[in-house]
Amino acid sequence: MRVSRGARYLAGAAVLMTAVAACGGGGGASGGGGKAAADAINVLGCEPENPLIPADANEVCGGKVLDSLFTGLVEYDPDRNGEPVNAVASAIESKDSKVWTIKLNQGWKFHDGTEVKAKNFVDAWNWSAHSKNGMQNGSWFADIEGFSDVFTEDPDGDGPQKAPEPKSSTMKGLKVIDDYTFEVTLSHPVSVFPVKLGYTTFSPLPDSFFKDPEAFKKKPIGNGPFKFVDRKNQQYIHEEKFAEYKGARAAKVNKLNWKIYQNEDSAYADLVSGKLDFMESIPPSALSGDKWKTDLGERAISGQQMVFQSVTFPMYNKKIWGNAEWRKAISMAIDRDTITDKIFNKGRLPIKGWVAPGVTGAKDGACGEFCTYNPEKAKQLLAEAKQKGFTPPAELKLFYNADRGGHKEWTEAVANSVTQTFGGEVKMVATPYPTFDEFRAAINDHKMEGIYRTGWQADYPHIENFLNPLYKTGASSNDGLYSNKKLDAKLKDADKEVDPAKSQALYQEAEAMLAEDMNAIPLWYYGLQAGHSPNVKNVKVTPFGELDVTSVELNKS
Amino acid sequence: MGRYTLRRLLQLIPVILGTTFLIHFLVWNLPGDPFAGRCGERPCNPAYIERMTELYNLNDPLIIQYGKYLLNLLQGNFGEDFRGVPVAETMAEVWPNTVKLAVVALSIEIIIGIGAGVLTGLKRGGFLDNLVMISTLFLMSLPVFVIGYLLQLTLGLQLGIIRPTVSPEMPWSELIVPGFVLASLQVAFTARLTRASIAENMRADYVRTAVAKGLPRRRVVGVHLLRNSLIPAVTFLGTEVGALMAGAIVTEGIFNINGVGQTIYRGIITHDATAVVPMVTVLVLVYLLATLLVDLLYAVLDPRIRYE
Amino acid sequence: MSDPTALQPGPVTTDAQATTESQATAPVGKPSSLWSDAWHELRRKPLFIISSVLLLVILVMAAFPQLFTSVNPEWADLKKSLQPPSSEHIFGIDIQGRDVFARTIYGARTSILVGVLATLASTLIGGLFGIVAGYLGRWADTLISRFAEIFLGLPYVLGAIIVLSTLAPVSSDPSRLRIMVIVILVMALLGWPILMRISRSAILAVKHSDYVMAARGLGASPMRIVFRHLLPNALAPIIVVATITVGSYIGVEATLSFLGVGLRSPVISWGLAISEHANYLRTAPHALLFPAAFLSATVLTFVMLGDAVRDALDPKLR
Repeated sequence: MRVSRGARYLAGAAVLMTAVAACGGGGGASGGGGKAAADAINVLGCEPENPLIPADANEVCGGKVLDSLFTGLVEYDPDRNGEPVNAVASAIESKDSKVWTIKLNQGWKFHDGTEVKAKNFVDAWNWSAHSKNGMQNGSWFADIEGFSDVFTEDPDGDGPQKAPEPKSSTMKGLKVIDDYTFEVTLSHPVSVFPVKLGYTTFSPLPDSFFKDPEAFKKKPIGNGPFKFVDRKNQQYIHEEKFAEYKGARAAKVNKLNWKIYQNEDSAYADLVSGKLDFMESIPPSALSGDKWKTDLGERAISGQQMVFQSVTFPMYNKKIWGNAEWRKAISMAIDRDTITDKIFNKGRLPIKGWVAPGVTGAKDGACGEFCTYNPEKAKQLLAEAKQKGFTPPAELKLFYNADRGGHKEWTEAVANSVTQTFGGEVKMVATPYPTFDEFRAAINDHKMEGIYRTGWQADYPHIENFLNPLYKTGASSNDGLYSNKKLDAKLKDADKEVDPAKSQALYQEAEAMLAEDMNAIPLWYYGLQAGHSPNVKNVKVTPFGELDVTSVELNKS
Repeated sequence: MGRYTLRRLLQLIPVILGTTFLIHFLVWNLPGDPFAGRCGERPCNPAYIERMTELYNLNDPLIIQYGKYLLNLLQGNFGEDFRGVPVAETMAEVWPNTVKLAVVALSIEIIIGIGAGVLTGLKRGGFLDNLVMISTLFLMSLPVFVIGYLLQLTLGLQLGIIRPTVSPEMPWSELIVPGFVLASLQVAFTARLTRASIAENMRADYVRTAVAKGLPRRRVVGVHLLRNSLIPAVTFLGTEVGALMAGAIVTEGIFNINGVGQTIYRGIITHDATAVVPMVTVLVLVYLLATLLVDLLYAVLDPRIRYE
Repeated sequence: MSDPTALQPGPVTTDAQATTESQATAPVGKPSSLWSDAWHELRRKPLFIISSVLLLVILVMAAFPQLFTSVNPEWADLKKSLQPPSSEHIFGIDIQGRDVFARTIYGARTSILVGVLATLASTLIGGLFGIVAGYLGRWADTLISRFAEIFLGLPYVLGAIIVLSTLAPVSSDPSRLRIMVIVILVMALLGWPILMRISRSAILAVKHSDYVMAARGLGASPMRIVFRHLLPNALAPIIVVATITVGSYIGVEATLSFLGVGLRSPVISWGLAISEHANYLRTAPHALLFPAAFLSATVLTFVMLGDAVRDALDPKLR
């Protein structure tokens, strides 16, 4: 997944202290004036954390810039709730979900004028997966047969030894048939494979990239609706319309400026005064008391995002893990309605399942009554948990990171809710790690001495993305080491199922199984609070909660 | 005096080496893993971690790491940060902003702080004295970020007198309020120090003598009194030059200034030491030179102080 | 005004102890003279009386918060979040639905402990090094000054994050008391060089004065010179800075909390309360302004007291 949106800013109390995304208001249209360039739109951006290479973008900031520079085999149609539709691909077919034949449309061009051919995909994927290139998203290609030939790991994890040289520089599962056709063989059936192909990492790369990756880092060349012009560290990234764009969704504005701000409040001030044309993250100070709705009027946009928030119990720590009744008792002691109402001003909405609504296959209510606030039932469950021989810890810690994301307020509210429900019998304390990396390092090393906040932003809009990476035994983001054989089997069945509807039903069954163990307590999903200036019209928001840069238009003045 | 200066300059070398080593050691060895926070809620691709570890020599023993870093530094190579942006580029963008802000803040400190201190010190107990003392107290008693927010809210958003944030071109006029916020605590300190020291020296023999000699008040105050009374304030301001730059973290954040404080803070939070080490080194250097200057100024301002 | 002596014992002894401690080893002939003179002087100062009464109130508040409010400061009714002041909750309700008045009263203890102890620690360390550096000069001065510069050059946040996360890793479950002690230590560790420089320059300024020369000429021991002559004359600026420091440390505590490396809730402090509500300044200013007002009043008290004590201690001002 991409680093969730909150991570861009030090939100919450520390909103103005902005860490990761920084700086330089205004830069965009030289002088920051909205009218400086009549054919440009200024959109809130943030500083990419990695070089602008598709396979290296694992966070929102780089991701949204790359999404406008590249078009993949499929794209997620904002008019159809993010359903994947073919873009560069003309057909993606498979009989067994294992061997996929991909045909390309002809005539697509990169920004340097060369044509997009099958080998641009195959070469890009081979390069991105190769462990010597160390791309952030290299493991996205792990499903392809022959991945282990190009990807090797350090045998002692993080020690002095080095990973052995990969056997090959190509994966044997990738075969170019002709200029416009290639075949992908997976090591096991993956029914959602075509859905994944819209993710930035699967973008094609031009031949020039392989000759000189360093030059590419400075001036990326894509095949998307916009082409890269220039960027200034912490200030702006400028793009312009790509005239020879072949896709259905060509840009309607001539220039696209990502303006990078030090903090959301200053961006918001510019939005209100029309110096910024779009931002998708209205700051808490403006959300408080619904001020933003009066400030923006009709220009306020409410929606929802595919971001799910939960707290996770580490299964490896038996003192905390306890039994199912214990975890359900905690869940039922959390007053989700009041918290989302008072802390988030309804900017987040309580959820009764593990999948954010709006994604393909999402079905509400998998968690049932266990995700409803019910103090009486919670106390009863706690009593049952004790009867079964579990002694709750004297103090249950709820860990979060203090530096970014604004997690302090809600973790404290959750802790208060739990503590007060049980009348002090279980005392929950929200405990911060000073920094996100310290927090994640402790989680990844499986050293949590309490429960901790977790969140998930969809990489692609499909129910599978909320289940496989998080709850399957040994999955990449299953950091609580949850393991349930029955669930694993069910997920495997769903992966194999060729028929999309049946496959989705199987995933839903798997989701419902999570309620038995309650290893992760669902809390809420993110709403979207965005706004635009009076200068633009036809403003649409993608299912990822970002501006659809291709459909937005400028008002003729 | 010359030998003293030379000696002090030579002493800079071990201090700088010590500091850079300390910073290098501390930032790279913060608890947690430098790359663990860079991949959201999933563990990083091991190949990515390996590439980065290799790039920054993190597998070497600390002293070799530091040696390699120093060697690069001597060749003028600051390296690249985790985002692949050359650190030298960041430095060139960020330093002028911070220096500008610090200059504004320092001027405010000198004008308001010393000015108010002298005025009130000469006339203790009067209305002006009480007013200045109470307002400096008020400034001191509020944390910087509260003052920043309050001024931004009232002057910027409600009254519309200033831009709530500073535009990237950093015009001087927009820096006055941020500069004041940055200087607020020090202004109060300076004013009080100056006042205390003026009041003390007013009773000193040499002032009494000067008055008794029949020198005009202007001369007594200007030449005799001020020269001796400014020493504590000068010390204080000198030590604060460095602090003004590093301490701008909060102010820079509130007013959207892309400065050194923010860059260092970002580096620490994201565990990216690449920019932190050279930036802090320069900060320390600035600090050391400022204190050296202060010590030399002592001798100029107060003939009683001598350096052998 | 009636005889204030009855009202004063609390604050005065604390402060006097603080200052006597720094010269505890003084082999003074008549140890009481300077201080009893000062005491005599102080009793007649209205500024001193007002500030010590205020301080007494604050100290009682810190020691026995139950006397002022019967509301549990931890009880949260989230439904009432950010309600403005009313007759039921005179200071209103904070973001988590807790009573701001109760939290402000209970916050006094932490804020004052942190401010006072951190100042004490850094004044003791800084003052001691400053005197040694200023008096001995030469290599001792060089060594101490350069050493102090390393700390001064270190940005505060960097130092604080490092020390706080190495000494108090979250996973090790440090007790609340330990977090507080560590925060105090961090502030002292990063703050002493300032006091060192102040006291060093104060000593330098009087080192060459005639009376010191005279004392030296008369064969006074270094100890005697330092404590009888240098210290009393250099004490004024140190005390001014130290009293102000108490206030600024209370503010620093707030800033560290604001950055997520200082005190952590469930500790109740003014700094935490202020930083928690910075975002709601526009919609619910009461949650920030009341603790901020108490913080200001406390700082005011300390500085007024410091001024009064300084005037009384400085022999030249008598």
